[in-house]
Amino acid sequence: MIGVIDYKAGNAPSVVNALRRLNIACQLVSTPEQLRNFSGVILPGVGSAPATVESLAELGFIPELETLVLEKKLPFLGICVGMQILFEHSEERDTTCLGWLKGTVRRFPKELRVPQIGWNKVNFRANHCFNHGINKSEYFYFVNSYYAAPESEEIILGTTEYGLEFCAVIASENIHATQFHVEKSGIVGLKMLQNFAAIVGDKSC
Amino acid sequence: MLTKRLIACFDVKNGMVTKARQFQDNIDIERAEAIASKIYEEQIDEIIFYDIMASAEKREIDLEMVRAVARQVFVPFTVGGGIRNLDDMYRVLKSGAEKISIDSMAVRNPKLIEEAALAFGSQCVVLSMQVKKVEKTAKMPSGYEIMIDGARVATGIDALEWAKRGEGLGAGELCVNSIDRDGTHTGYDLEITGLISENVRIPVIASGGAGKPEHLLEVFTQTQASAGIISSLLYSPRLERNYAVKELKTYLASHGIPVRPWIE
Repeated sequence: MIGVIDYKAGNAPSVVNALRRLNIACQLVSTPEQLRNFSGVILPGVGSAPATVESLAELGFIPELETLVLEKKLPFLGICVGMQILFEHSEERDTTCLGWLKGTVRRFPKELRVPQIGWNKVNFRANHCFNHGINKSEYFYFVNSYYAAPESEEIILGTTEYGLEFCAVIASENIHATQFHVEKSGIVGLKMLQNFAAIVGDKSC
Repeated sequence: MLTKRLIACFDVKNGMVTKARQFQDNIDIERAEAIASKIYEEQIDEIIFYDIMASAEKREIDLEMVRAVARQVFVPFTVGGGIRNLDDMYRVLKSGAEKISIDSMAVRNPKLIEEAALAFGSQCVVLSMQVKKVEKTAKMPSGYEIMIDGARVATGIDALEWAKRGEGLGAGELCVNSIDRDGTHTGYDLEITGLISENVRIPVIASGGAGKPEHLLEVFTQTQASAGIISSLLYSPRLERNYAVKELKTYLASHGIPVRPWIE
């Protein structure tokens, strides 16, 4: 069973709709105590990094998530802002983030039309259970003004071009994350969600 | 490369998709969720639904309709019509929409754009503007005026000025709908779409007038629009021929327009 964290700024209902379409068992989670019942966690994200960090802190999610994800290695998927806040710092209103991954989140250069809104191509660098069955390049739906710049190249599973090449997908042990919206990227996005569910279910890929 | 988007946009009345010409003579087509599901399967890039009676009837948006549609579509889904305040927006977003579109209410209370952007992020806020060609004057330098309330009421506000103000207040996208072209199938208004898209740095959606694939090509080559609204092209009972999303994309791609490719 996958828990989908429901907080003020998130679009948890969209993620749940997508999982239900795939017949993947899931539940909205609105208190940290509930998290222990799940074998995988999704942190959806829309809006700003500061609002997301604030909202998660207010609801008391952060210590529980850190125990489960960093210590117990529970499979985790962060989407969009849910990926950005995993890094140490975001330029968006100078926000201190969770720091689970080394690196920072930067704003796209000024000359670009921002936010980037629309379908853009992701080039996958490697084969991983998370992108199993997906072409080497595929289009996904992005909405972002900021992008993550990880310190380690090794955790980058896929990149995208928008004025510059940026990190679009992360796979680092049990931590998975996408800058694009898997839940809103049509069939290909649903396939990635299905892959995450397979990782949660410990199925080989 | 970021691709140009094709957005299916439908007016909904009592849960039914309806098609009007220049805001009049509505014809009912089909239930909202049935159309949504079909058009999603056709691999549309994005979907917008307007609850066109919510505002006139001074009631909340039909959230049941929003939920029913959201269960069917796994591409971005925008909802508009009758959004009065942040609470309305919150309910629409929690019902499964990604973005909210505001129009007349934003003209009456521009602070709403700012509040929405702060509360939910700019990416959630589509500022929809009804523009009408007027004489170029000192007060209306773009030669286009903003209309509200189903395009019946003139505001005296210049379209370009309003677009820039909306961007400054935090709108994430601008949808520029030409009242003169709406439902006429004679092509987008390239002049105002071009003018606005060159003068703001947020994405601009062209709207009103697409009647054949060439109109999309025109707007993507002659303006900096990021997306085009199509509705008649897909389903109008008044057009001689409707098009599948696949046909439109194949056509655009063959003319060098970057689009999300069709997936077999």
